[in-house]
Amino acid sequence: MITTKEEYEEIVEAYGKAGGNKEALKSREVASLVIHESRVLSANQAEGIRVKWEQKDKGVRVELTVEEGKKITYPVHLCFGVLPKEGLQEIILRVEAQADSEVNVIAHCIFPNAVNVIHKMDADIKIGNNAKFYYHETHYHGEFGGVKVIPKAKIRVGKKGVWESTFSLIDGCVGTLDYDFEIFGEEKSISELIVKVYGKKEDDIKITEKIHLDGKEARGLAKSRLVLNDNAKAIVRGETYGNAPLARGHVDCVEIVNGEGVIARAIPVVYVNDKQAKVTHEAAIGSIDKKQMQTLMARGLDEEEAVKIIVKGILR
Amino acid sequence: MLQIKNLKLILDGKLIINDLSLHVEKGEIHAVLGVNGTGKTTLAYLIMGVNYLPDDGKIIFEGEDVTRYPISQRAKMGITLAWQEPARFEGLSIREYLGLGNGLKIEEIENCLWAVGLPPSQFLNRAVDVSLSGGERRRVELASVLTMKPKLAILDEVDSGIDVVSLPHIVNGIAKMKSLGSSVLLITHSEVAVEIADKVSVMCAGKIFKTGAPKEMCQWFRENCRVCDHINVPD
Repeated sequence: MITTKEEYEEIVEAYGKAGGNKEALKSREVASLVIHESRVLSANQAEGIRVKWEQKDKGVRVELTVEEGKKITYPVHLCFGVLPKEGLQEIILRVEAQADSEVNVIAHCIFPNAVNVIHKMDADIKIGNNAKFYYHETHYHGEFGGVKVIPKAKIRVGKKGVWESTFSLIDGCVGTLDYDFEIFGEEKSISELIVKVYGKKEDDIKITEKIHLDGKEARGLAKSRLVLNDNAKAIVRGETYGNAPLARGHVDCVEIVNGEGVIARAIPVVYVNDKQAKVTHEAAIGSIDKKQMQTLMARGLDEEEAVKIIVKGILR
Repeated sequence: MLQIKNLKLILDGKLIINDLSLHVEKGEIHAVLGVNGTGKTTLAYLIMGVNYLPDDGKIIFEGEDVTRYPISQRAKMGITLAWQEPARFEGLSIREYLGLGNGLKIEEIENCLWAVGLPPSQFLNRAVDVSLSGGERRRVELASVLTMKPKLAILDEVDSGIDVVSLPHIVNGIAKMKSLGSSVLLITHSEVAVEIADKVSVMCAGKIFKTGAPKEMCQWFRENCRVCDHINVPD
């Protein structure tokens, strides 16, 4: 269903420029959802996937259900954006991946002209027993830094369920980011949160990744990679709680400081309350590795080229 | 090709490189043999311009004094270095790493991997990160040097910690460099690796003691260098 054709075409165009697959949004076989500001412009269901939405006073409520036992062939494409300089996008997302289902979701969030834009997402996600859910969210922001991004999610992963997500904000200025994802993993579940952010100018970045390993043999990884230039500020909290026998968790944070006014902080929390659980962490904050630089320069690259290659790799 | 004249480096009041002179001819494999702590790696770094600048002496490359040139400039002139413990790069594939700054076609990159015994189908898309074993990483480093077709390749103990199955691949990679016209400065403490050299210099206490044919120098090394209270032994 398309409410405003021109608006839809505009956002699809911006989606393409931000690296999204425009054809996928138009395909009947691919489940997709396009939301501009707080209005749903199009939604397409596919075999095994149901999409419902409801306009609320505060934004739009979207329900995405992957039916039991269904393995979705094509990735689901989500496009969230605000094209004007100012605007508000509030999304209340409810996801249920029913038992034994499997789906790959690709989301693009685009704010190319933002001067004063707020993007809020409040997600409640249930991954059923033995279900697999892969979620990749890529942001494209303009160069003005006028975006406030506030994604919050609570994710429950059932027995032998899998949740793997990547949040990537590399293009354009971040603006303000307050990312807060929390996972509760049951027996033999696998939970993985990866965040990659390139901070510049006056960007203000706050990342919280929490994983509760509540079931026996549950596994979790909270990983973050940040590169900070200019006067960017970042604080990363990676928390993992080993609450069950043989639970295994790891917190892995790297922040590369590459600007005079940068402030970088990392607060890993590792907590174990079962004698058979094990949680580890590693955090490194510092400038670009000298030996990496020298290695690339010994291959004939100048300093600037070497930095670009290293940063690109870390944020990939 | 490379002339090092009376090179001297003092670190924390200690003489690390002591009036060292060395001459590497065009197209030769010249090994520098010495026990741990004699200053071999420091010498490699000084030639590449890594970490230190000498307190005295000169490094002349193809007639040009490069003693104070930055790393990139020396690399652009055709000097490169393979580290003993090469850096790891998260998110950078071997294909990309071997293609850096050389504009090589994929077939040429694959040939360089074959030369060090790494099948391209298994390695091209792997990352140059911690997932590679120490031996694999060193062979990738050697392949990377091959892609540069350097005039002078400084190989710092590339044979160190390599298993007996992989060692011939390292030797093959070095031989390939020579066949492509590169000069090789092979820094090692292994007599086995020295066999491939045209000439060997024995180094001790930051100084070249003797230069000669591999067999003769290995013999001298065995008889004189295994037991040695040289000045770089830690206090």
